[in-house]
Amino acid sequence: MNAAVKTTLSREDVVRLCERVESAQLGAHAIRKLTDEYPAMTLADGYLVQNELRKRWLARGHRQVGWKAGLTSRAKMKQMGVDVPSIGFLMADMARAENSSITVADMVHPRVECEVAFVTKAELKGPNCTAEQVLAATDFVLPAVEVIDSRFSGFKFDLPSVVADNGSSARFVTGGRPRNVADVDLRTLGVTLEKNGEIAALGASAAVLGNPAEAVAMLVNIISEWGDTLPAGSFVMSGGITEAIAVKAGDTVLARFQELGSVSMRFV
Amino acid sequence: MMTPGKIQHYGDALYAAWRERRTIPPLLEQEPEITLEDAYAIQLRMIERRLQAGETVVGKKIGVTSKPVQDFLGVFQPDFGQLTSAMVYQEGDVIPLDTLIQPKAEAEVAFVLKEDLKGPGITAADVIRATDYVVPCFEIVDSRIKDWKIKIQDTVADNASCGVYVLGKTKGDPRKIDLALAGMVLEKNGELIGTACGAAVQGSPANAVAWLANTLGSLGIPFKAGEVILSGSQSMLVDVKDGDELVCTVGGMGSCRVKFAGRSAV
Repeated sequence: MNAAVKTTLSREDVVRLCERVESAQLGAHAIRKLTDEYPAMTLADGYLVQNELRKRWLARGHRQVGWKAGLTSRAKMKQMGVDVPSIGFLMADMARAENSSITVADMVHPRVECEVAFVTKAELKGPNCTAEQVLAATDFVLPAVEVIDSRFSGFKFDLPSVVADNGSSARFVTGGRPRNVADVDLRTLGVTLEKNGEIAALGASAAVLGNPAEAVAMLVNIISEWGDTLPAGSFVMSGGITEAIAVKAGDTVLARFQELGSVSMRFV
Repeated sequence: MMTPGKIQHYGDALYAAWRERRTIPPLLEQEPEITLEDAYAIQLRMIERRLQAGETVVGKKIGVTSKPVQDFLGVFQPDFGQLTSAMVYQEGDVIPLDTLIQPKAEAEVAFVLKEDLKGPGITAADVIRATDYVVPCFEIVDSRIKDWKIKIQDTVADNASCGVYVLGKTKGDPRKIDLALAGMVLEKNGELIGTACGAAVQGSPANAVAWLANTLGSLGIPFKAGEVILSGSQSMLVDVKDGDELVCTVGGMGSCRVKFAGRSAV
């Protein structure tokens, strides 16, 4: 994929759509997917809107901790009806503590998914960033749960719309045990996602593009299209290993990862 | 309860279907009142015929271990069948599909016992203690029932739809592996087609083996050191044809590779 290929939106359109998405995110209300009004909107347009959104977060003084890859597994692509992965940015404000209560009132229709998170110790640059370069630049990996929340009605969207909505990013929780990438097989880490004590989804980490490190490399290459690099110390969520599971107030969630421990939270 | 004569009749019919690589109609169509106990009695008759023909029992397979399959068959417990010496392939062998009827492959973890397990009263911890090693494997399931139109009684009578199996060569120590969370990656002809982990099987494959030990104990069927137990599918059913190659890799355990050649009967 190449986000730089083609844009159709005017500067005014980008700002207008950014404000619409931002208002839906902050007000926790659903909107129609953006392509209903802009049918010609491209993936590159989606990233223009997302970058505008990120600039606004940064201008308000928030800290960006890193990025997330999304729609990286067959299960997720099938669930959402898309065929290319996407990325979004992660701000410190989106982090929630392990074993804490997470409010659902400020989200539209949250879902949870299990991911391997990477923390880097060296800068990564695209294009042509490889999984090997990602592994060499990784300080450690740790288990994470991402709470995604599409701002589009019925969680129905297409790629340009979901990218504009920052890849449905909402909250994230890390926990468990950090590991050196040399000490684990990043392809075969088994994962279970339990909701209220029952297994709701399971899988192994190869579900993410064959190896989650590939998703991080892909992400580095996407941000290089607008001139960004991934600085040392970045936090990257590599994408859901299983399909996403809907949660509501009263639910408890436990994600268990082979070799990496577990991450738990409850929703209120 | 079926008469001994009918049990023998259906056991012999399934044996003949297996030998001649053809299918028979679902047993439930012929015997609507057939019970699970009847079905296991028919299975024992079918196996008796194979043993009379010179095969030996080398282990057991556990089936119907995942929630989707249990929901599909409307049951809430697994089933089992017996593995015989004629079902064994080694990793690296090519499985000849012309020996099978309507085969499908499943990726599993196999247990090899170093001590007898005599139920009832066996727990998952007993299973780990009595296990020599665990190993990734493929079970090639097959059905002697037309078009796989099975209910639980049909598959139980048909030796839990067992076909043949192949164990990988990399042995894992169950004392060092988190069996519930050991990830499973399944590839067909070099392409990733699915992932899972041990929890897909009864929360952990060790739970399925404990269930088996307790069930066999209550039926008086031996469960001996040296036996191989296929603990239940962690993957979807995979269609296989001439030239296909499957690889399953299990985190902390290793992998199993299998190739297929020829054409099955259906």
